Amino acid sequence: MSETRAITVEQVLPYAAEKIWHTLTTSELIAKWLMPNDFAAAIGHRFNFRTRPMGDWDGVVRCEVLACDPPRLLRYSWKGGSDSNTTHGTRLDTEVTWTLTPVEGGTHLKMVHDGFVLPQNQSAYDAMSPGWGKVLDGIARVTAEG
Amino acid sequence: MVSTAQISAVAKCLGDPTRRAVFERIAREGEIAATSLVKGSRVSQPAVSQHLRALREAGLVTERREGRHIHYRVAPKGLAPLIDWLGHYQTFWRERFENLEKLLKETQ
Repeated sequence: MSETRAITVEQVLPYAAEKIWHTLTTSELIAKWLMPNDFAAAIGHRFNFRTRPMGDWDGVVRCEVLACDPPRLLRYSWKGGSDSNTTHGTRLDTEVTWTLTPVEGGTHLKMVHDGFVLPQNQSAYDAMSPGWGKVLDGIARVTAEG
Repeated sequence: MVSTAQISAVAKCLGDPTRRAVFERIAREGEIAATSLVKGSRVSQPAVSQHLRALREAGLVTERREGRHIHYRVAPKGLAPLIDWLGHYQTFWRERFENLEKLLKETQ
């Protein structure tokens, strides 16, 4: 019944997919760019990310490896937060998917964080998303000027 | 703390494509007179006025009167309820991507 939205960040990096995969799937390296964790690249492995607690939330993101196809695809669940938090630290029952595609000069890395349940009025968010970047640019400019 | 009601009010206001177009145009221009907004669009003057009123009531734009003209600007904090909520996660991942890139560079 609930409708969801995804966040996507993607970039071409001048490295081989294997090298990026190593950084995405080695616990000590993940700790350096993402968060402290006990990740292991095995389907079904349950692990946590730890961040600072917010409100009623203990700051632990509970995860499970859902897909692992080196060096192309990695997906894990991402659960955490609390219902009593309204913005940062809201309850999340989401999934993070990493896709690595070799391209000329490197690898196209794409991260999709999917499953954000919207507070209300899904259509409004949907309609809004294409203009998001432009709107934020405008805001940044206005803020800088002011 | 931003409430769900505030998030919904802003989202609802910008859910109208024409109104969002008006809002984006104001954001792009920095500041624009209502008369210029009407000239540059296919929307009638009363419709533009109505959208501007809705945007103002939602706290998304501010107005400045100069003689017979009213100029509109985007209110920088107007989008805060939406930016706070989903933008928090967007920013989170952008920053993590930057960390990742740095780390890859270091371990070459």
